[in-house]
Amino acid sequence: MNAYSSSALKAKGAAGAQENQPLTAMDKSALRLPNDRWKPLEIVFWLLPVASYFLFPDYLVLVSQIMIVGLFALSLDLILGYAGIVSLGHAAFFGLGAYTAGLLSVHGWGEPISGLFAAAIVAGIVGFIVSFLVVRGQDLARLMVTLGIGLMLFEAANKAAFITGGVDGLSGMSMDKLFGVFEFDLFGKTAFWYSFAVLFILFVGLRRLVNSPFGLSLRGIREGGRRMPAIGANVDRRLVAVFTIGAAVAGVAGALLAQTTQFVGLDVLGFPRSADLMIMVVLGGTGRLYGALIGAAVFMAAQDKISNLDPAYWQFYLGLLLVLIVLFARGGILGGAEKIIARFKRKEAA
Amino acid sequence: MIGNFVGVLFDGIAYGSLLFLISVGLSVTMGMMNFINLAHGAFAMVGGYVCVTLLQKMGLPFLATLPLAFLAAAVIGLVLERTLYRQLYQATHLDQVLFSIGLTFMAVAGATFLFGPTQQPVNLPDWLRGQVHVLGLDLGSYRLFLIGVVILITLGLYLLIERTRFGAQIRASVDNQTAAAGLGINVSRVFSLTFALGSGLAGLGGGLGIDVLGLDPSFPVKYMVYFLLVVAVGGAGSIKGPLIAALILGVFDVAGKYYVPEVGAFVIYTLMVVLLILFPFGLVRRKA
Repeated sequence: MNAYSSSALKAKGAAGAQENQPLTAMDKSALRLPNDRWKPLEIVFWLLPVASYFLFPDYLVLVSQIMIVGLFALSLDLILGYAGIVSLGHAAFFGLGAYTAGLLSVHGWGEPISGLFAAAIVAGIVGFIVSFLVVRGQDLARLMVTLGIGLMLFEAANKAAFITGGVDGLSGMSMDKLFGVFEFDLFGKTAFWYSFAVLFILFVGLRRLVNSPFGLSLRGIREGGRRMPAIGANVDRRLVAVFTIGAAVAGVAGALLAQTTQFVGLDVLGFPRSADLMIMVVLGGTGRLYGALIGAAVFMAAQDKISNLDPAYWQFYLGLLLVLIVLFARGGILGGAEKIIARFKRKEAA
Repeated sequence: MIGNFVGVLFDGIAYGSLLFLISVGLSVTMGMMNFINLAHGAFAMVGGYVCVTLLQKMGLPFLATLPLAFLAAAVIGLVLERTLYRQLYQATHLDQVLFSIGLTFMAVAGATFLFGPTQQPVNLPDWLRGQVHVLGLDLGSYRLFLIGVVILITLGLYLLIERTRFGAQIRASVDNQTAAAGLGINVSRVFSLTFALGSGLAGLGGGLGIDVLGLDPSFPVKYMVYFLLVVAVGGAGSIKGPLIAALILGVFDVAGKYYVPEVGAFVIYTLMVVLLILFPFGLVRRKA
């Protein structure tokens, strides 16, 4: 799946088999943890949203939404792309975060940052509990449990209209000024920078996480869960940990959406949100973090353009796109880009 | 009170047998090919739309439309299996999930385009409407008919799988593909025919179920969880497991909606999570 991890595993295998042979510099670098230094391309990538603020001021709201959904997609990439857990109910945690932040604000606690923390804690706790069910089964059971939890929470929010507002959604949120200084304005400027900052901070953390030994062990579990215990990794405990982290991050994304739009609709918990999210991650390329962000951006931009024409067409093309990705373009946009770059490099070498 | 209870039980069994009819194909294909097919409901929807179209546009009698619903879904299943599904038997479950979600989306959009987003009405013949008086109980004739059809089909399936050569080939392929192929069974042909049969049964269920489940383009998504539930709880690859699971789920769902309507679909999801915790590999486990 991932070019790096497979070459590293091969290098390890080769090193184990022929210990007498001296390692080349490349083999040695493959045995170390991944290089954590920021590449120039990554820095350019993070300057894009900043540039968009000045270049496309009319699209502030869309870009903010992309960043929030991008954060949500990152959380799914963590458990799907890295740990290999197929989840069809990730919106549950997004919705929990959104309702936590929304309810706090409606009942008078409008401070945004603490709202984010509260959302992360609530979603994280539920994620922690659910993770034990998820870890137990195989793919089908995991799929059913995540799907079932998502549907249960949706039904719960739907029926508990006296708390959540039910189908009408939760309105009447009023947010305090960010740090007591920046008011959430009508043009979405504060919302933009707020979303950008939260996304970036969490991204830095997740980037560090997936490049750590813990992150590497997750890839190991994804590639061959049965072999991991043999090298002393507690598979279940690691999956519980990563699922909890993924849930908490999804909760933060939900809270961000609630706080910046000052509204929580029932659709934050819906199955379509989980399915769309999965499509974004796969479209961008799983197990890369940036894939989730690019997938979210492409998906949301296309949705903004196409679904205005006709929602039914949008769904048809979405389905077709999925089928085509699975049959012809595994690895999504970034996977395809990596293949093209690899081909160029080979030509140069030849 | 007791009459009520029997009525709920009866409706639940009718509902459960319908779920079984639609899901049994999913169970067998999932057990045999280890393929997570979320698009199974789309085949049921095809059957439903075939029924409705033939009833309304061609004026065929209801009973005559049912075999055609079976046939249409089976043919589409066969074609898709031969062209697309078989390429993904070795793929990861994630790829299979994505592929079948994609198919489902296309089916939903296609149905919206062809038939519009509204619920389709079905005109049942007179002899299937109303109630039948049995042993002091008023039972819906259509539900009685439904249970009868499903019993017949279940018996037929049992005979097919336990008593015929083809059934033995199916069982062998579920248990061990490699060994079955080694014994000269054309496993890929068995796969195709089983997939077609399963899709056809789903189509038949879709046609039979219009009166109970309703029919609109969101059908495959709305009931996806129920079909998967039957298989996940019952255990993939068997017939007995899904039958028991479908009846349990059907009765609990109807009872939940009747006795505690304010809780709604919550009953069934709770039941599912509990059953999956108790039996992570399904009630009846066939494949090791």
